[in-house]
Amino acid sequence: MPLVVPRPNLTWWEKLYLPAFWKGFLVTARHFVRMLFGRRDRRVVLEYPEQKRVLKKGYRGAPTLVRDQDGREKCVSCQLCEFICPPRAIKIWPEEIPANDLHAKVEKRPLRFEIDMLRCIYCQLCEEVCPEMAIFLRDDYSLTGTSRAELLHDKEKLLEMGGVMQDGILKWNKK
Amino acid sequence: MSPVFSNLLAQPGVALAAEAAVKIAVVIVVLMGMVAYTVLAERRICALIQDRLGPNRVGAFGLLQPIADSFKLLLKENVLPGHVNRFWYVLAPTIAMAPPLLTLAVIPFGNTLAGFNLVIADLDVGVLWIFSIASLGVYGIVLAGWASNSKYPFLGGMRSAAQLISYEVPMGLSVVSVFLLVGSLKLSNVVAYQAGTWLIFKAPLAFLIFLVSAFAETNRLPFDLPEAEQELVGGYNTEYGQMKFALFFLAEYANMIVASALIVTLFFGGWQVPFVRVEAFGPILAGALGVAAFFVKLLAFIVFFIWVRWTLPRFRYDQLMRLGWRVLLPLALLNIVATALALALKLRA
Repeated sequence: MPLVVPRPNLTWWEKLYLPAFWKGFLVTARHFVRMLFGRRDRRVVLEYPEQKRVLKKGYRGAPTLVRDQDGREKCVSCQLCEFICPPRAIKIWPEEIPANDLHAKVEKRPLRFEIDMLRCIYCQLCEEVCPEMAIFLRDDYSLTGTSRAELLHDKEKLLEMGGVMQDGILKWNKK
Repeated sequence: MSPVFSNLLAQPGVALAAEAAVKIAVVIVVLMGMVAYTVLAERRICALIQDRLGPNRVGAFGLLQPIADSFKLLLKENVLPGHVNRFWYVLAPTIAMAPPLLTLAVIPFGNTLAGFNLVIADLDVGVLWIFSIASLGVYGIVLAGWASNSKYPFLGGMRSAAQLISYEVPMGLSVVSVFLLVGSLKLSNVVAYQAGTWLIFKAPLAFLIFLVSAFAETNRLPFDLPEAEQELVGGYNTEYGQMKFALFFLAEYANMIVASALIVTLFFGGWQVPFVRVEAFGPILAGALGVAAFFVKLLAFIVFFIWVRWTLPRFRYDQLMRLGWRVLLPLALLNIVATALALALKLRA
């Protein structure tokens, strides 16, 4: 069924358009005055560097590495995130954990862990694929730098950004 | 002052030329400053109307933004697209910029100050001069559209030609009734005539027609069809960049200011201060008050231009033509006849 939109029959007063113009002027003037003197909180913009947007839960910001509450870095260097990363932003150099270490039974940890934030597309596939729940996309957005090297996040930087993530299972302690 | 210089100034022609040169310099500087800050005002006002903030970072309240912008435009690389007709392409922005500067010459922005007439050239044919020069403004846009050798600028240029020709006619006719009342084309006479009541109260219909046509002549919304960024990318200035684009941009705002000045002069008493007899304050203060009154009225109209732009949507092309030829033109003719009849009856009585 075609939808027939009825054309309104305008009176000659409406056809002048002047009343409609007048109403339009009042609308814009109301917004202008309100922004200038009254409810400034109704404005739709933030003064960005000073004010920041409150992010919703599940926001996909920069990927970070986390430690558990015991301070163990959770990444076991399985390299699944490196393989799944669509823009190949992640590079991992694995390392064996020495036998005298507290977490020796975990066997592997990353010697170096780099994420090139100039390549990262914030797709969250690394977080999804991680079997150890070691990599998370956090709230950091607006990453800026003055050189390429600055935006190549290394392990220390990633752990610092990630901080501690409470782990309810601590599976390596039970094995 | 050295005697040679003062002797030189004593020559009547030289003194006149020096006076004119000083006036021209002052008017150009003031106009350019106003253009820059009108752009800022437009950006801040439109932001507030749309519940935004607008540029507020450069200097207090963003007051240095126009200076930063002009530096940016001046320092940009000069790019010439390969497909343009170079001579006309470069010439078009300057042609667009010239008419508003030339028309400003005849607009009186004050009575007298320290013995000087506050108008650069008080021509006997003031308004004819304005119409003849203002109609040249279309060449800048048409040439830009043609020389760009690209489809959207071309469409913009063609629209501009049709639009400006269509609205020149009602604009000119609407002013006829004003001159029937005043009896002179000289703008200083028009202002002097409005010492008692402003002409808007004697010729409101002429004012309305002139206002609508002025919006069309300056390519401002709701009649910005030559530019129409949503449908024509950028219209006639699509292929322009850097200072050449800036000239078009400045020309648009200069046109707006000149149109406001003309409306103020023709219908709102020019430099006449309402309700107050300024002569009582002595000649210097009276002159200054006149200039101040002119600028207050001018600024009010500039704000009105901006307000209209952010309120009304653009006309469709056929609506634009219908409004020009089938509404404004008959109304203007009717207005002339009515004014002439009223004047004739008044003379009989």
